[in-house]
Formats: sequence, structure tokens, C-alpha cells
Amino acid sequence: MNHNNKHRWPLAVALTTTLGAGGSAAAATLDDVRGQDRVRCGVNAAQPGFSALDASDTYRGLDTDVCRAVAAAVLGDAAKVHFVPLDSVERFTALQSGEVDVLSRTTTWTSTRDTTLGVNFTGISYYDGQAFLVASDLGVQSALELDGAAVCTQSGTTSELNLADYFRANGMTYEAVVFDSPEQSINGFEAGRCDVLSSDASQLHAQRMQLGDPDSAVVLPEIISKEPLGPAVRQGDDQWFNIVKWSLFAMINAEEMGITSANVDERLDSDNPDIARLLGRDGNYGEAMGLEADWAYRIVKQVGNYGEVFERNVGAGSDFGIERGQNALWTDGGLHYAPPVR
Amino acid sequence: MTIQHKMIEARPAPKSTVGPLAWLRANLFSGPVNTVFTLLGLYLLYLLLVPTIEWAFIDADWIGTTRDDCSREGACWVFVKARLGQFIYGLYPRDEIWRVNLTFGVFAVLIAWLMIPRLPFKRWVAAATLLVFPIFAFFLLYGGSFGLPLVQTHRWGGLMLTLVLAVVGMVGALPIGIVLALGRRSQMPIVKSFCVVFIEFWRGVPLITVLFMASVMLPLFMPTGVSVDRLIRAFIGITLFQSAYMAEVIRGGLQAIPRGQEEAAAALGMSYWLRMGLIVLPQALKMMIPGIVNTFISLFKDTTLVMIIGLFDLLGIVQAALSDSRWLGFSLEGYVFAAFMFWIFCFSMSRYSQYLERKLHTGHKR
Repeated sequence: MNHNNKHRWPLAVALTTTLGAGGSAAAATLDDVRGQDRVRCGVNAAQPGFSALDASDTYRGLDTDVCRAVAAAVLGDAAKVHFVPLDSVERFTALQSGEVDVLSRTTTWTSTRDTTLGVNFTGISYYDGQAFLVASDLGVQSALELDGAAVCTQSGTTSELNLADYFRANGMTYEAVVFDSPEQSINGFEAGRCDVLSSDASQLHAQRMQLGDPDSAVVLPEIISKEPLGPAVRQGDDQWFNIVKWSLFAMINAEEMGITSANVDERLDSDNPDIARLLGRDGNYGEAMGLEADWAYRIVKQVGNYGEVFERNVGAGSDFGIERGQNALWTDGGLHYAPPVR
Repeated sequence: MTIQHKMIEARPAPKSTVGPLAWLRANLFSGPVNTVFTLLGLYLLYLLLVPTIEWAFIDADWIGTTRDDCSREGACWVFVKARLGQFIYGLYPRDEIWRVNLTFGVFAVLIAWLMIPRLPFKRWVAAATLLVFPIFAFFLLYGGSFGLPLVQTHRWGGLMLTLVLAVVGMVGALPIGIVLALGRRSQMPIVKSFCVVFIEFWRGVPLITVLFMASVMLPLFMPTGVSVDRLIRAFIGITLFQSAYMAEVIRGGLQAIPRGQEEAAAALGMSYWLRMGLIVLPQALKMMIPGIVNTFISLFKDTTLVMIIGLFDLLGIVQAALSDSRWLGFSLEGYVFAAFMFWIFCFSMSRYSQYLERKLHTGHKR
């Protein structure tokens, strides 16, 4: 008896600790966010269109609006976000160590990151990929006309590799002009060192704006690689994972149903059962996530649907004018498809 | 034979040896080789200066509020003007910036008081600057008490953050450095080896590594949910790092004081701290001024490294502003502004140290 007890104690302690840790981790994030009355969101310090500081000291961009949506759903106020600028090395550490609750920092979803870093990607907020920027007076309409071109890229990136693959696959030749940083490569392009600049599409649009005359260059429609960008959360807290995942889905669903921040109040009384379920008029689909019934209503009302967010930050309503392309809804030939709320 | 009994009156020097023309001849055109080099130098200067002045002043745009007011022919200072508040105060709430102004106003008055020789009560003012002012500044800047709203450190930024980091680093590093330097010269083995290990460790790692450890590794060692404020991490990292450098500068000064002085003081029955405080340090610190100011200037510039731990110092906030989609493509203006601000502060520090050396000059100068 005594002997047994001696053995059982450490086991019991170990078990309690494990359970305790598991239990607290599972519920911690939502409680912590509610307790502190703010969502801590890791963002890029300077990525035009995705998260950049504007003149009124606010972070603006597509990535930051994803965090605002989470804050609107959880706290009822899209402004209750505490943005933490992170560089690309420390972003995952900051998420793992609990310094941020959501990481929404132009992070490409890859298998390695998803499986080895202790983080979970909750969805795809932007389908990015490598594209080409050419001078508009070249008259090039498609990347397939670029045979023999001099192409500026950045060294040590996957862009270099993708470029080689793409040109070989299409039986074309090119001459690589390699630079170290985005600034250098756009300066090289402007100085005429190359005919084409190749990088991720989101970055190309920002680089184009840095030209003396942005209209002198165009981004070609071809996308030659997959760079799905999305928000990520810590592993081990499924409730929080669901909240972030469905905040993004709610925005995409709202666009599909034609609900915008302007008409969401009228749509509250809609007869469409899908809309009634999304906006919390029929059933309470937020309860299982620990949220109120009107969680999605608050997102759309305060932040907008996905289309609004896209147009405002990177699309036609912004300085970049990026086409929806792959980022259109599945109903419009794009890739954004959200599971239904029911 | 006549003897002149009066002194000949002093006559002006020949025209060819005084005045700007003579100076030019003596210094710039003293021979064919020098003349050629002078002309070449002037030509290079012309090539360099004319476009710079045209860019920065003549073709520059000063008036306006948006990107459309920029002609793009020269510099567009409208960008800097539109962002000036952000560059100086970071994200500090605009209604509360009087607190920053007051803090730095008080600091400037205290420093000026210490710097102007005629003013009395130096000892008291120095004590207030070192002991009372940091507490005052903390409550004023951070708030959260005395009816002031809390301003979290992630909202601090710009020039204000640069100054806060530099001042905290300097004020913290000097005393720790003095103690470490004395410890390294100590006869006590444990004290001595601790100081040697400390100094050599911190001197052996780059500051960027220290900050990187503080931001990337430290959070992983902490229990979940416990996190030290980023600014505090930066303060600690910078202070410890600089104190090691400061210790070596001070040790250099201490070694210049002949051992006999300390022995003589010991013979008079003075204790260790009296010997150090009254005999050795006052002489040594004076000789260390160039070294100490050098360390301060390098610390002031090193504060830009906090960018990598997500704090926006002056350079960081300029870089962040450059990515605003409304103001893409104005990086040159932003960087020139940041460089100019850094130059003003570093140059003033350097000039003050020269003034201090002249004032304290008692025959050591060579």
C-alpha cells in the first residue's frame, strides 16, 4: 500500500500537470483575449497593402483587417487589436511563446511550417504567386513572349528557382540579373538593367508604385508559383483555431451572399436561410466557438466582407489596383471558397 | 652715424602674406602639383554639390500634404512634413504628446543647468537628474497613475524612443561600467574574475545577437503567458552590452593615473572608496572624456538595431512609413531626414565633449 502510494504520487503529479497544461492551453487564448480586452496580432512592419503604418498611426492592410475581423468577432470591436510588428525570423517564435495570439504576416502556408513549427494555418487570405513586371512600352501581353529577356530577381529566394523552372518548361531562354533586396531590384529595373522584374505578385505591385512613373510598367497576368498566404495560430488551442478560421470564412461567405458593411443591417431581416444563419438570426452558430450569435454580423459590419477588404487594401480602391484573379470567389472563377455556416 | 633711439613702429605685414589671397596661395596654390590637385578637388566638389543642392533645395517640393504635391523633379520634403509627428513621437497618442515634450523639456533644462558653469547647486541638480528624473520620466511617459492614461511601450517610437533608449543606456552603463572597471583592477580573485568574465562575454558578442537572443530565444525560456516587455528587454540588453565597453574605456583611464598617487592616499589613511572617489576617478574620468563620448555616440547610433526586435526607433519608423501605399518611392527623402537627425545629435555630443575637455584641461592634453 505504502509502496504503491510512493509510486503513484509522481505519476499523479505528472498527470495533473499534463492535464492542467492541456486544459489551460485549450481555453487560454480566448479567455486571455477577453480578459485583456485585446487581440494581439503579429504583422509585417512594412508590407504595402498588407500591413503598413499610415499617417494617422494606424496599421492598414489586408493582413491587419484579418486581425480586426477576429477582434470584432471575439470582442465586438474591430479596433481592439494590438499590432505587434515582427520580422520574418521571429514571427513563429512570437506566436509559440504567446507574445501574439494570431500571426497574420504574409506568411506562406507550406507543409514544413505547418507540421514542424507548432503552428496551425487557419486558411488562405491571399493567393499570392510569382509574377512578372515589364515596361509597358515593350508591348508584351503574356509571359510566354519573354523569350531571351533579361530578368531581375532577388538572390537566395525561391523566385530564382521558379524562374528557371518556368522558362525551361516553356522552352525559353533568359538572362538572370540578380540583386540582394527589393529596393535594389526595382532600381535596377528602372535603370534598364533588365526588361523584366520577377517576384511575388503582391510585392511587384508595391514595387511598381516606387517607380518614378508607375504607369510605365505593368504586371503580367501569369502566376508561375503557389504562395498561399494566411493567418496562423498556436497548436493546441482548437477553440481559438476555429475562431480565427471562421472569422476569415465569415468574410468570404458574406461576399458570396452579397452582404457588405453597408447593407448588412438590411440583410438581417433577409428570408434567405443561409444569410439568417450567418448573421445569427437563425440558430446560434457562434456558441460552440464561445462567441455570441452575432459574431459574423459584427465582422461584416465593422470590417466588411472579403471583397471589400481586398478592394480597399490592394484592389481597385487602393493605389495598387491588383486584379482579383485567383483571389476572386469560386463563383467568379477564383479560388476563394468557404464552407457554409450551418 | 646716427643711432635711432625710437623703436620702429610696427608695420602691417606685406599684402602678399596676409588676407584671403595669401592664404589661398599658401595653402591651395603653392606649387604646380598643388594647383592641379586644388582645381581637381574643386571640380569634383562641383560635380557632387550642384546636383545635391538642386535635389535637396532648388527642385525640392516643400508645400503640400499629399503625394500629388510632389513634382518628382527633386526631393519631396512633403513626405517628411506629413510624417514628422510620427517620426518624432512614434505611435504615441497625439493628445498625450505634451507628456513627451514635458519630459524632454525638463531633461534639457536639467542638462543645460549641469552644462552651464555659472549656475549654482550643481550637486543637487545632478542628484535630481540621476535619481528623481528617471522616476518622473517613467510616470510621465508610461502613465497609468496620477490620472494620466496608460501609454503602452509598443506605442513609443521615433526620435523619442531613440532618445529614451540612448539616455537609459548611457545613464545605466556609466555606473555599471565604473564598478566593472574597478572590479577588474581589484585584488580580490572572485570579484576580479567575475568582472573579467562579464566584460569579455559581453564584448565577445555583437549587439545584434544580444537583441536577437532577447527577442527570439528569451520568450521560449519563459513559462507560457509570462512575457517581459520588449522595451525592457532592449533596455537590459543595451545597458549590459554598453557597460562592458564602458568598463574598458574607464579601465584605460584608470591605468593612466600613476600608482604612487593611490599609494600616497593610502598612506594618508584614506579608505578604498575615498581614494577612488577623491583621488583617482576625478583625474581619470577627465582623461576618459573622448573615450566615453565615443562610446555614447556609438550607443546612440546602435539604438537603431532595436528595429530587429520590432521596436520603431527613428530609422525604424522612417522605414515603416516608406511602405505606406500613399507614399511609396520616397525612401531617399526618408533616409536623408533620418541621417540628418542622427548627425545633429551625434555632432552636438562631439562638440560638447570637446568643450568639456578644454574646460577641464589641466595639462594632460597633448
